[in-house]
Amino acid sequence: MGRYVVRRLLQAIPVLLGTTFLIFALVYALPGDPIQALAGDRAVDPIFRATMREMFHLDDPLIVQYGYYVQGIFTGDFGMTFRGVPVSTIFEGKFQVTLNLALMALVIEAIVGVGLGLIAALRRGKAADTAILAFTLLLVSVPTLVSGFVLQLVLGVQLKTSTGIDFFPVAGTSEGWRSYLLPGLVLAGTSIAYLTRLTRTSLMETLRADYVRTAIAKGMPRRRVLGRHALRNSLIPLVTYLGADLGALMSGAVITETIFNLNGIGRQLFDSVYLSENSVVVGIVTVLVLIFIAANLIVDLLYAVLDPRIRYE
Amino acid sequence: MKNPSVDTHLLPADSGTIGTEPLLAVDNLHVEFTTRQGVVRAVNGVSYALNAGETLAVLGESGSGKSVTAQAIMGILDMPPARVPKGEIRFRGTDLLKLSENQRSQIRGQQIAMIFQDALSALNPVFTVGWQIAEMFRVHKGMSKKDSYTKAIELMDRVRIPAARQRVNDYPHQFSGGMRQRIMIAMSIALDPDLLIADEPTTALDVTVQAQIMELLAELQRDSNMGLILITHDLGVVADVADKIAVMYGGRIVENAPVHDIYRNPAHPYTKGLLESIPRVDMKGQELYAIKGLPPNLLDMPTGCAFHPRCPFRQDNCVTDVPALHAISGTRSSACHYWREVLDGTAG
Repeated sequence: MGRYVVRRLLQAIPVLLGTTFLIFALVYALPGDPIQALAGDRAVDPIFRATMREMFHLDDPLIVQYGYYVQGIFTGDFGMTFRGVPVSTIFEGKFQVTLNLALMALVIEAIVGVGLGLIAALRRGKAADTAILAFTLLLVSVPTLVSGFVLQLVLGVQLKTSTGIDFFPVAGTSEGWRSYLLPGLVLAGTSIAYLTRLTRTSLMETLRADYVRTAIAKGMPRRRVLGRHALRNSLIPLVTYLGADLGALMSGAVITETIFNLNGIGRQLFDSVYLSENSVVVGIVTVLVLIFIAANLIVDLLYAVLDPRIRYE
Repeated sequence: MKNPSVDTHLLPADSGTIGTEPLLAVDNLHVEFTTRQGVVRAVNGVSYALNAGETLAVLGESGSGKSVTAQAIMGILDMPPARVPKGEIRFRGTDLLKLSENQRSQIRGQQIAMIFQDALSALNPVFTVGWQIAEMFRVHKGMSKKDSYTKAIELMDRVRIPAARQRVNDYPHQFSGGMRQRIMIAMSIALDPDLLIADEPTTALDVTVQAQIMELLAELQRDSNMGLILITHDLGVVADVADKIAVMYGGRIVENAPVHDIYRNPAHPYTKGLLESIPRVDMKGQELYAIKGLPPNLLDMPTGCAFHPRCPFRQDNCVTDVPALHAISGTRSSACHYWREVLDGTAG
């Protein structure tokens, strides 16, 4: 078990190097001069330009620039922006906001998705099942832009003006965990649909298993047959999906963060690509990759907890 | 025809009880399944009875309805698609089909228990065997975790699992096939049921282990005087342990008889064919006998006697008339128009 974790962490190193190099190369290949971008439409003083290019190693080959970058990373230094701000300062608080948002989305997704999936599986072929399946189709079809603004308007504004219930803040992070309710719901949207369908399929398959029949033959109450014997076995694919989804939710929050005015890394990433702040872009991606690797490792370790047939040596 | 020898002195005397209700009486049971292709009539008027301490072997090939009948007794059919349009299943005089689901789950596991064919898939892979046995005591008897595990270890000892105390926290996949079936058996006898249904308990096991498991079942039955229904397609398995045999074909019982009668002289062409298809040492080198043709398609049953397309003694009325279950003696019956001729060996 311990050796397995160490091995997985060592495997993470080439993954991290590969992904950061790819993103570094992509940013390098972007058209436009980042120094010119600092000045907008005005002309840039040639001496200033030469100094800046020298300082940020912009005239070195790609691989050398990447070498400087990796060197920095291993000493905990994410580098400076062209505007002279340390990248770590820009990150301050922003990863926390996005992580909160992604975790809120994950919780909503798990509760709603698994819940709906269970109902659908137990009412297979009945009206509730059909309605839930239709609802998941609707969820995947509505773009975040639409669902975001509609929820903001209905739950955030109209609910308050018509009933006086002021529970769903529409922007910012000043209301603690409640601030993340609406954006979390919007971000979770499509994932809820996938998880619902996955839960439904997984549970339906488990319910056909011989050991469920055994549990019934043992005279176990229905609640116990479902909640203990079937559910535990259905959870395995769901945990995989949820784990992989954490990374996807964190990197996919750009639009949601913009609609709900959350100061997270999604927006920062977008802005930085726009301003050619290469060091910020690569830094964000590096951290996201780390989170992705960590989430997958946790999922793999959870397998062994859920299914005793899996052993790590 | 030379019959396989049977040690008749080992068989208990026929324990038919006249006037009293048997432990289990299945009466004119019908089970059908609604499928996309139409209604499958899996069980068409099956009747059999069993007394305490008795072993009934239900014999038949796949699709004969033997397992479906057992699942109907157990109440573990998926309904829908399954449906029981007709019939009674009386257990100690009570018709199980008239009980509520709640009442039935009280009987399941406590009074009627079941063992399944493939213990690996029938045991839950994510719980320890101890947990799965102890669950019987915790849920049905409200026992504490500690006491129920003590009971589980006792039961594992009783079905002769070596080092039960050390293995109680192992998972099903860590046991061999024979040991897994012993776990299944331990679980099923946990609450001293009056009736045990074993659905092909030895099919997934190799031959030496098969004999051990059958021996264990017979021993447990002797100790507790429970009724045992043994569902199988293996004639070799039943000879030593069964008191009586019900042979099923196409959802019906075609022959009912005490075990020694059936081995000595079958009264139905299908039974005769089954007996002749047992490989025998004294026939070594000769071609193996097989019943010609295929089992009936349950969606499109043959007219008349379901066995007629494969029957070597077929007559014209076999194609048109469904044979009734003729009483041959107090304990025997056969669903063949020509049972006399089959018995005499003059048929065909």
